[in-house]
Amino acid sequence: MFKKTLFFITLIALFSIQNISAQHHESNNSENTHTESQDAHASSKHDTKKLSLKEQIKADINHHLLDSHSFHVWGPIDFPLPIILWDKGIHFFSSSKFGHHANEVAESNGSYYAISHHNGHIYKTDAAGVINHNEKGLETNEKPLDLSITKSVAMIIITGLIMFLLFGGLAKSYAKNGGIGKGAGRFLEPIVLYIRDEIAIPNIGEKYYKKYMNYLLTVFFFVWFVNLFGLTPIGVNITGNIAITFSLAILTYIITTFTAKKDYWKHIFWMPGVPVPMKIILAPIELLGTFIKPFALMIRLYANMKAGHVVLMSIIGLMFIFKGWLGSSLSFGLAFGLSILELLVAALQAYIFTVLSALYFGSAAEEHADH
Amino acid sequence: MNGLNFVGAGLIVIGVGIGIGRIGGSAMDAIARQPEATGKIQTAMLIAAALIEGIGFAALFAA
Repeated sequence: MFKKTLFFITLIALFSIQNISAQHHESNNSENTHTESQDAHASSKHDTKKLSLKEQIKADINHHLLDSHSFHVWGPIDFPLPIILWDKGIHFFSSSKFGHHANEVAESNGSYYAISHHNGHIYKTDAAGVINHNEKGLETNEKPLDLSITKSVAMIIITGLIMFLLFGGLAKSYAKNGGIGKGAGRFLEPIVLYIRDEIAIPNIGEKYYKKYMNYLLTVFFFVWFVNLFGLTPIGVNITGNIAITFSLAILTYIITTFTAKKDYWKHIFWMPGVPVPMKIILAPIELLGTFIKPFALMIRLYANMKAGHVVLMSIIGLMFIFKGWLGSSLSFGLAFGLSILELLVAALQAYIFTVLSALYFGSAAEEHADH
Repeated sequence: MNGLNFVGAGLIVIGVGIGIGRIGGSAMDAIARQPEATGKIQTAMLIAAALIEGIGFAALFAA
């Protein structure tokens, strides 16, 4: 049980490192709309007529779907998260230094940094905050290594802590109560057993399933909890971020590749029972298949979560566009129904990810089976 | 012609719909034939449906 929790921590640490690309990808179309949303919030406090309803809705949607440097919980409660840059030395400052207006310059240890309009990346600039663009419109300033704690990263860390507490408590209660769990983690025991008995053992086999249980349990509960957090109003869409799902898929790929037995590679490159010309043709296709399977895992989780949230947010926005009471209440009903469906999808996607990972592990760990 | 994007999206949805519909249909037939195996059939149906949906979503994002 303690090995399992240790595995959790390593995994979470790995994810925290991936926040680099996480933030970059999301900032792609976020920061100019994020600054727009900040402007929307700022201006909506002063003058709601300044931004049309559609723009406000768009800003709100982006705020929910995309990553950002501050944790905006409700109205005025807004936690600016730290920005950590590595640029010949570590720079650590709060994102409030960037302010709520676009292109404000933050100064740290003598160098100046500014967030670009286009893609929200942090660039090194001079004191005036000038970001130069080349003829294609791409920024040419130097970019420091961005290790900031963004909203997604903070939420991942919190999820990790929650998992740690839940499962650690459950494990300790087994020792204290002689095999019966007590406390909040009790409800997780049937799920853990289900994963072991219905997912791991049938796919991986009695002999080797234990090695993979750590990862399967971690990934199932992580994806499930993170998806559930995405449905709350705090607006953190973590698995809707392709860098996060990429990390998960890469972990599956690494585990299959590095724990694979000889039979696995034999089945890919020199499959038994097939005439030699076919073997030569099939080998590159099979090799490609080993990459495409985790790739599909990544895309599946990402697209399901992203699309679900986009549709849900759009329908909620629709609620505000309709002027009459009928349209708004119907939209509300639809949004409610869709949220229930999203709950199912949250669990289902976690389950599918786990099942497919177990399938791939099974094919990797398979010993010589008589065909 | 930006409208072709949406035609493509519609085709994708048709494809996914047909695929998952067929899986659901044969799953129902199987359950009708052998109600004790409902659990396993449901599991297999969900897995196949998720795979098809995965492709569908990937294609939708490209369109």
